[in-house]
Formats: sequence, structure tokens, C-alpha cells
Amino acid sequence: MSTDTAETTGAAHADSTGRPPVLEVTDLAVTFPGRRGGPDVHAVRGVGYTVGRGEVLGIVGESGSGKSVSSMAAMGLLPEHTRITGSVRLHGEEILGLDDRAMARKRGRVISMVFQDPLSGLTPVYTVGDQLAEAVLVHDPTAPKAGARARAVELLELVGIPNAEQRYRSFPHEFSGGMRQRVMIAMAMANRPDVIICDEPTTALDVTIQAQILDLLRTARRETGAAIVLITHDLGVVAGFADRVLVMYAGRPVETGGVDDVYHRSRMPYTMGLLGAVPRMDPEHQGALVPIEGTPPSLSAPPPGCPFAPRCPIALPECDMVEPGLLAVGSQPRREEIRARGAGAAPSGVRDGGTGTQRAACIRSGEIAEQGWTAQDIYPVPDIPERSLSAVRREDRPEVLRVTDLVKHHPLMRGAVLKRRVGTVYAVDGIDFDIREGETLALVGESGCGKSSTLMEIMELGRPQRGSVSVMGRDTAVLGRAGRFRLRRDVQIVFQDPMSSLDPRMTVFDIIAEPLRTHGAPPADVTRRVYGLLGLVGLGTEHATRFPAEFSGGQRQRIGIARALAPEPGLLVLDEPVSALDVSVQAGVVNLLKGLQARLGLSYLFVSHDLSVVRYIADRVAVMYLGRIVEIGDTASVHARPAHPYTRALLSAVPIPDPERERARTHVVLEGDPPSPADPPSGCRFRTRCQKFATLSEPDRERCVSTEPRVEPTGGDHAVACHFARRRAGS
Amino acid sequence: MGKFLARRLLNHLVLVLLATSFAYLLAATNLDPRGYFEQMQPPPPPEAVDSRLDALNLNDRTPLAQRYATWLGGVVTGDFGRTIQGGDVASQMWLKAGVTLRLITVATLLGSALGVAVGAYAAVRQYGRFDKAATAVSFLVLSVPTVVIAIVVQVLAVTVNDGLGLQLLRYSGEYSAGFDGTWWELLGNRIHHAVLPTLVLAVALFASFARYQRNMMLDVLGADFVRTAMAKGLTRRRALFRHALRTALIPTTTYFTFTFGALVSGATFTEKIYGWHGMGAWLIDSIFRQDVHVVAAVSWFMAVTIMAASFLSDILHAWLDPRVRV
Repeated sequence: MSTDTAETTGAAHADSTGRPPVLEVTDLAVTFPGRRGGPDVHAVRGVGYTVGRGEVLGIVGESGSGKSVSSMAAMGLLPEHTRITGSVRLHGEEILGLDDRAMARKRGRVISMVFQDPLSGLTPVYTVGDQLAEAVLVHDPTAPKAGARARAVELLELVGIPNAEQRYRSFPHEFSGGMRQRVMIAMAMANRPDVIICDEPTTALDVTIQAQILDLLRTARRETGAAIVLITHDLGVVAGFADRVLVMYAGRPVETGGVDDVYHRSRMPYTMGLLGAVPRMDPEHQGALVPIEGTPPSLSAPPPGCPFAPRCPIALPECDMVEPGLLAVGSQPRREEIRARGAGAAPSGVRDGGTGTQRAACIRSGEIAEQGWTAQDIYPVPDIPERSLSAVRREDRPEVLRVTDLVKHHPLMRGAVLKRRVGTVYAVDGIDFDIREGETLALVGESGCGKSSTLMEIMELGRPQRGSVSVMGRDTAVLGRAGRFRLRRDVQIVFQDPMSSLDPRMTVFDIIAEPLRTHGAPPADVTRRVYGLLGLVGLGTEHATRFPAEFSGGQRQRIGIARALAPEPGLLVLDEPVSALDVSVQAGVVNLLKGLQARLGLSYLFVSHDLSVVRYIADRVAVMYLGRIVEIGDTASVHARPAHPYTRALLSAVPIPDPERERARTHVVLEGDPPSPADPPSGCRFRTRCQKFATLSEPDRERCVSTEPRVEPTGGDHAVACHFARRRAGS
Repeated sequence: MGKFLARRLLNHLVLVLLATSFAYLLAATNLDPRGYFEQMQPPPPPEAVDSRLDALNLNDRTPLAQRYATWLGGVVTGDFGRTIQGGDVASQMWLKAGVTLRLITVATLLGSALGVAVGAYAAVRQYGRFDKAATAVSFLVLSVPTVVIAIVVQVLAVTVNDGLGLQLLRYSGEYSAGFDGTWWELLGNRIHHAVLPTLVLAVALFASFARYQRNMMLDVLGADFVRTAMAKGLTRRRALFRHALRTALIPTTTYFTFTFGALVSGATFTEKIYGWHGMGAWLIDSIFRQDVHVVAAVSWFMAVTIMAASFLSDILHAWLDPRVRV
């Protein structure tokens, strides 16, 4: 433990604004002892921060950076065998090392927490209301049951659950993900705590629901005056919400400071890299994404020096000697001093990040500040070959995929013994689009809008329930078995989850060779092609004999892409290919996809819920809502001049990783959840949540209710399904 | 919900009818009541055998369909026919059922409660000393057939009795023959006799319940909702008890009802060894006596208990788990 601890805690009792901190974490370290002779895992090594009343601290980091573990440690929620050292003070009182009984009295009353996955966060067998009331009763067992109940209803109303009185008796499975997260927040607010820790509160939610939940957290902060610690991997979420930011890497805080400083004047190459790797929605940030090469170090045997040095583009030999402390920019020891102290010297103390000053754990932070370097200056900007698309007009390029009036309805069944049909889920309800050679069409929308059903219908290569699908100019409905098999070579798919989409018992070689062998490639060709494909996706020949478990998420996704490319398809269907990856890795895969497209002339059907990635990779975008396409067109045009109210709401809901801009934006926050696809509203399906519908006159509304708008062109490569789209374009 | 259960019940009734009919047809074609009478000493005249068989509806010269129809007609009105000795099957059956149910009710309750407690605690202390000991004991019990356990316990009881020189442990019969006294003395005597066979059954059940509950508990221990409960301010112990165990008990409950139903026939060995005249023992004896109607009646009873158990487990499952309610 560092000798600075005592002195810094003393100094940190009052932060820059003079308010006493509510939560002070100093030099926190968490180690999970290795089981059965395995090495210990040092998940958190020396984290320190403070938060005051009403303040929001954002903790940013990728998976495995220790951001969640550190807050779980503060809550006393880690398993008993975990070794935790350092200090966590709540209102100046040390709470680390309190027994479970004493800690339980603090949890939920003084310090509470909102977790990532609202779907599994509530006990399935108790009603939502009872679970809320329990949060009240557990801290005040003498309170009357009726009082706790009334408080629970009040809380449900506060977090915006309609019909709170009735919904009190609902079970968690009757709530949507967004509503469950509201309940979780209500639970965290129940006893007006002084600190609320939010651990990725919006990661599992759709972007429009995310906007609602962030709004709600603002309410919670106002209502309770609580300090909020917001843990997230999404740099956009933090930008508009937090006052200060702490960036974590490999269990260490590597940069901290006011949100504007950290975003606009990053002094740690990792932070710079993270910001450079995020695809941006704002028009002036359209350069190539800057991926951070390599993978985070092992937490069981971290390197002696700076943990980021192996991936850092400006690492010096001194970086590997000693782990740099988190010090004010420019106050790092000079290189000569580090050399003089030599390798293996005690790591420099991690100072508390309580004050507003910016600190970075990089020996070159001073230099970065002086030179004013940005990510583009220090990271090698990837060289993505230009596509020769612009030479040929879209209409003149051959059609790779055409979908006409495609319909996929699922029967809704009920009953276990005698099944009966009680309704129809209109998963895909008549959509049209086409993809020309060499271009990317992105299909975007919230979960349940029918994106994946559309993909599966196309991949089926069969006769759709209604409408038609034609691939490479061939109608799939009339194909025989052999014809379908041959056509499969031309359409390949990359799945969302790289962990589960590769057979864990096959070597990488076999995984990539399988489609080749299936389609009858001669054995000599197979070997040559597999090595060629490995090189194409940025992997080495030495990887061929390994198993998927030995690879990181990004590498596995590359294997998945190599497998899809093996039969030399013309069309690649990408089902959320980067949404399971960390930002720094995601950038590399996105760049790879762009490069492959340019080199091989591929067409992509790219399904995503992430509009910023879409903006970066797609030529055209189709927005889906409840089984219908509501807007389709050229990406730049749709992003710049969204004509459908839903598209506008979607775009507005995406947070931008730029604090100034994000604070200045006004968000269109959609009310409620999307209606069930089994019972879509009459007329325009979006009207129940439409912000425009509310402003219309009665006869105009009548039109929305009675007539379903058709997708009509608005000029250029842009079409929209809204009766009143043009009115906005004119105003 | 009501409609769903009514449909289930109807389904079960059909299954019971089918199971019982198959049992009757199998027994009627394979057992040989004629042989039973012909082997009597002194051998009765063939006409006497025939008339006796006709009276009992067991004559293999009557077409099977006709015998089946007669039997089924009786069953519908609650008449399960006659035993081969001429007694009323139905009244005997209720007697035997009472014996078996007395034995297994206490045993299943005891065994499952103990198994759930041990299994749940072992899961909380996974890989700890208690867990390892509980695992070792469970596997030992599971790998030894109940017959062996029953006999070993009996031998031990004899040793203990001999060592103490008094009848501390009873290991034969439901009650002491010829014992007379006030009703509570009679009850005490019966309980005294029930201790060992109940223990044997409970031990065998405990092992499977402990393993089952341990696995169920391990599934929910790391669940997010347990963490949420702790974050609300519940202590670890209370969160585990109120949230984890409550959820992990749902599958165990259905398992419990099925075990209970299956044990009606599963307790045969224990009944035989401890001299209890229950259902299982009766079935074995009647097969040796070529007694078609008893075999069919016992099969009917077992089918009914298993279906009742399954029906009960549906209701319990729906009651405990709001997710399956329709």
C-alpha cells in the first residue's frame, strides 16, 4: 500500500467546490484468489476517487478493466473469498471490512446500486411491488406494511410506470426491459440514498429506452440529491451526464479529470485511442476509425511497467520499467529518474482523483499536453483503400439482393397440452429494398422491429410467406435443392456473438475449411485458401492450429468473417457483427470490413442497432419499426435530414462522445415501449409514440389513424413512410 | 387457469384408463389362474375349476374381450372384482393403500426436507468441507440399493437390541401382534414399528434430493436477482433464503410430487423386508398367486397416484412460479 494514502485522504476531504465528499475510495485493490492452483487475478489495483453530493462521476473502461468489480467491492457484494485492501469511506466512515450485517444496513439506505441486466435483476417469483416494498421494509422493519406499499406505488409513479397501483401486482416477466430497469432505479432510490452506483445501466437497452433511463437517472439525482457513480463503456453516455470522468485500464485508473478536459484534452494515449475508436454521428468527425492494436494484458500476471505500453504507439523503453502513478499532467518523473530508479522499483502511488485537476498515468502526459497531440497524431491511421463505386451510378450496378413485399408472420400459440393459436406476430410485414453490387445497406431499428427475422428469411433462400427474395438475380422461391445449395455460396453470414458462433472443438483451420470442403474444393486448394483467408482478416498462419477459446472476442469475430468469406460470396449478411466487442476492438473489425469490401467488391447487408457504426460503414440505411421500413435512403441524407419522426428520435437518442455538444443538444425522448408486434396500432404504426402526431390537428390525426402511410420518395435516394414528412422538409 | 387444469385432468383420466387396461390385458393373458386351482391338493374336478373361474371372471375359455368388458364395467362402478381367493379387491386395496401411504408420507417429507436443507447449504458452501462430506454421503447412499440399506439397518437394529438386551428398535410388522391397550398406546406401538422402515426410505430419498437441490441452488446463487436483493440491504443469508432458495425450490417441488407418486410402488422392498403389508408387497404376492384382478387393481392405484402427483405438481408449479401461469 502506498505511503501517500493517509495524506491524500486527509487532503481530499473537501473537493474543489468545498463540499465534503460522500464517497471516498482510496487505493482500492481487489484480488480473486486462484482456484485449484490457478494464479490470482488482480482485478483492481489501486483505484481512488471521491464523489460529492449531487455530483456525477463517470467511470469508463472496457470489459475486464475492473470498473464493475471496484464498485461491487465498495458495496460489499463480492464473494467472501475475495481479497480487498485499501479504503472505502462513506461520509468519512470506513466501510471496507465491515461485516455483512453492518454492511447490509448501509446498502440500499446510504449507498445503492443499479445493475446492468434488468431482465435477470429482479426475482422472478415475487411481484414487482413486493420487491420494492421489501427495499423499504428491510431498513425499517417497524414500518407498517401498508406504508411500505404506498411508498412502493409512489416510487413506481416517480419512475414513470403507468397505472402504478395495478402494476404493483405484476411479476417481473410481465415488464419490458426498460420498465424493469425503471423498477431497479426505483429500488435504488427507495430510501433516498446518498450515493447511487449505476453499473452499465443502459447497456442492455435500446437507444430510445436508454435515453428514457438517462432522463430518469437525472430525475433520481434531482429527487434524492445523491452522488452518482456511472460505470459504462459508452463514452457518449458519460459525455452528457457526468461532471468528472475516471478512465480505467487493466484494473488501474489511467486518467481522471473534468469531463471536458478528459474528452477534449486527453493526456493518456489509452483515452485518446478510445475516443478515436468510437464512430461518431457528428458530421465533422468522419475520418477513419483509429483502432488500438493488441489486447489488454492478463490480470493474473500484469506486466511490470505501464499496462498499456504493449499497445501504446508512443511507448518508450522507460514505460516498461515501472508502472506510472496517476499524477497531475506534467508532474510525472522524468525519464532519467525512472531509469535511475531502475526496473522493479515500487510502483508510484496512485493519488486520489478527488479534485477537479486532470491527472494521467502516463510518463509522457506532459509531452502530450505540450505538443497538443490527438489520437490522429499518435495512432497510425489505418489505410483503407477507396472503393471504385463512385465511378458507376447506382442504377447501373447489378442487383445483388432484392426483397419485395417480404412477409414473415409467426403464429402466437398458447397452452401446453392442446396448443391453440391466439394471434399472429407480424414480425416482418411487407418490406422492400435492394442492394447493389459493392454497397452496404444497413438495417436499423430497436429490438423486436423485425431486423433479425428479415435476415433469417433471406438466409433461408426459400419461398417466403408472401413477396419474394431474389439473390444475384435469381428468385429463391423457384430454386430446387441443388440450386439453393449453389446459391448458398453467394450469401454468407457473420453472427453477433463471436463466443458462441464458433465450434469450440474445431481448430481455426477446420472452421474456415469447412465451407470450402462442403462446396467441394480440392484438398490442395483448401489449405492455400485457408491461409490466404487468415491473412486477409489480419490473423497469422500460426493461428490455424489453435482453438477458438484461445482467441479474444475481436479475433474470433475475424475468424467468423474468414469463414464467411471462404466460399467467395458476393453478399455478406452481418448480424450485429461488432455489438459484442469493446470499442477499441470494434474499430479494428469495422475497418477490416470496410477494407474487405473495397478489395473484394463485396455487398453487405449490415444489421445493427448502433446508428453511429451504421453512419460510418453503410452507404444506405433502412430504418425499421414494427416489421415495416419507415425510412430508407442514402446514409448521409438520412442522417443529415431525417424525414420520419422515428428516425429523428433514434438519431437524437444516440449520445455523442463530446461533452459540450452533448450538453447543448435537446433530445427527443420517445414515450413508452414499442407496441407489441402481435397487435400493431391501426394506420401508421408509429403514431402511438410519435412526437409529431401530438402536434397535428384532428383531421390530420384521423389520417394517421386510418391510413397506413406508404414508403414514398422525397427526392434523391431517400424515401419515407410518413403522411406529414414533407411538411417538415418545407418548414 | 381453471380450463387448463380441467384439460389436464381429463388427459390424466384417459392415461389412467389406458395404463390400467394394458395392465389388465397383460395380466389376463400371462397369468394362469387355472393352474392355481388345478395345482390344489387334492386336485378339484375340472368342472369345479371352470365354475370357480367363471364366478371370478377369470376363465381363460371366455373370450378376453368379454372378460375385459365385464371387468371394466365393474371398475367404472368402483368394483375391482374378486381376488383369487374370493375376497373383495376394492376393500383390501384401500387397506393396503393406507399402510403404504402411512409409510411413505412421513418418509418423503422427512427425506426431502433433509435433502433440501443439506443440498442448499452444501451449494452455498460449494467445495467446502460440508459440501464434500454431503456429496460423499449422497453418492454412497445412491450407489447402494435400497434393499441393502434396509437389510443393513435391520441387522444393525438386531445388534443394538441384543447389545442392550431390550426391544429398543422394532424391525418387523406394523404393530406387535396381540398388543392391546388404550388408543395412544396402540398409536405409540405403531410409531415404534414405523421408525426403521421410514428411516430407510428417508435416507434413500435424502440422497437424491440433496444432489438435486444442490444443483438447483448453484444455478441461482450467482443470479443477478440475489445480488439485487443484497444491494437493497438484505444480508447475504437473508437474500439467499428469501430469494435464491425460494426460486430454487420450484423444480424441487415438482420432483417431490413425482417421487411421492413413484414411491407407492417403489417402497416394495422395504415393505417386504420390514413385514409391512402394503401395496408393493401385495403386488408381488398376487403375481405368485396368479391373481389377475389384484395385479390390475394395484396397477390402477399406481397410475392414479402418479397422475395425481403429476397433477399436483402442475398446480404447485403454477402456484410457486408466476411465469408459467397462463
